[in-house]
Amino acid sequence: MKNLLTSLLAVLALAIAPAHAQELFPSIPKALGEPHPEGNEYWRINHPALLAHDRDLVVLEGIRDVDASLVGCVVCHAVNGPDQGPVPMPVDAGSPDNSCQVCHQFVAIEIGCFVCHASVPSKEDVAMILPQYSADDEGWRDYMEDLAALQEAPQ
Amino acid sequence: MTSPLHKEKGAELSRRDILKSGAALATVTLAPGVTLMAFGGKKAAAGEDMPADGLKPGARWGLLIDAAKCPEDCSACVSACSAELGWENNGLETDPQWIRKVTLRDKETGRTNSLPVMCQHCESPPCVDVCPTGASFKREDGIVLVNRHTCIGCRYCMMACPFKARSFVFAPVSDQKSIAPRGIGTVEGCTLCVHKIDRGDGTTACVEACTATGNNAMMFGDLNDPESEIAIAVATYASVELRADLGLNLGVRYQNI
Repeated sequence: MKNLLTSLLAVLALAIAPAHAQELFPSIPKALGEPHPEGNEYWRINHPALLAHDRDLVVLEGIRDVDASLVGCVVCHAVNGPDQGPVPMPVDAGSPDNSCQVCHQFVAIEIGCFVCHASVPSKEDVAMILPQYSADDEGWRDYMEDLAALQEAPQ
Repeated sequence: MTSPLHKEKGAELSRRDILKSGAALATVTLAPGVTLMAFGGKKAAAGEDMPADGLKPGARWGLLIDAAKCPEDCSACVSACSAELGWENNGLETDPQWIRKVTLRDKETGRTNSLPVMCQHCESPPCVDVCPTGASFKREDGIVLVNRHTCIGCRYCMMACPFKARSFVFAPVSDQKSIAPRGIGTVEGCTLCVHKIDRGDGTTACVEACTATGNNAMMFGDLNDPESEIAIAVATYASVELRADLGLNLGVRYQNI
């Protein structure tokens, strides 16, 4: 009887699993730019160590041309925000829609980075990381349009 | 004669050089069975030579300020610093002051002097001596900085600094500049526009602004490079350090005070 009940529960669990699959993982917004050559899984696991390593190169040794820069994260992984006046802006790290926050809120881990670092890129940051956009109003408009198009595209 | 400004060591083989030279191989064998894994910036990994990226070896960046050319009513350097690095001082005691204008008055003669004072980038910085976490540090090119990643906000450095050059961030900050991260609970001060130096601009925001006003009271350069304008100027004309009695060998020197 006990075995029957267990298998019944197991079957039931399997049956309802697909319905809950989408809630099991956060839906991570798509990003602009070239994909990480190491793959997304690698970066999802290792981004704290990679960022911590390269921040020491920048701060202590003045090496600015690093592979893992927080400005790079913020530019490519920006999320188009609700219209805030004449100039559209990506959402900042205070928003649950922010690319970092989507996962960090899901796993309930506070992000320390944005206590000090800017969580919204500047025009110059965008042009530096993604040279196809110019560091002026026109480049910013193209950037924001491309961000909006990404998020409207099916996941 | 060797000037105290030239005391800093030259381009000896540093840890950075070792990392650089080993970058192409990715590992350096220190002893049998002991290897040093070398990671670096993109340029280091490509095995390219310095100093396109990273700090200039053997440099000692500094400022020379001529107080005679600095009018009392001008604060262009302060506004430029504030705009470039994203701090704001509204006159509250708790507001940050990376650079400030100071007026000196000789009690005997009544002569007054106006000059900007910022972190003096000491060769032997007291702020580095007292820091319990190593967050207050001096880069190899003489720039004294706070590594906010390790700063715990104890403010020992603020007490140790003879020039009151450091401030504490008391309130949450938003809209920071990406070139100058700053946030609550950490100490901050003049960075000598390290982001501009690393970019190769060869100047700082305050010096740019001072030159733009036409006063030309400030000069930036490498004190260790005998060819540089600043090294020639300090070798030719009299200049002093503030609180020279402390023997800290400052990177910022003043004329006519």
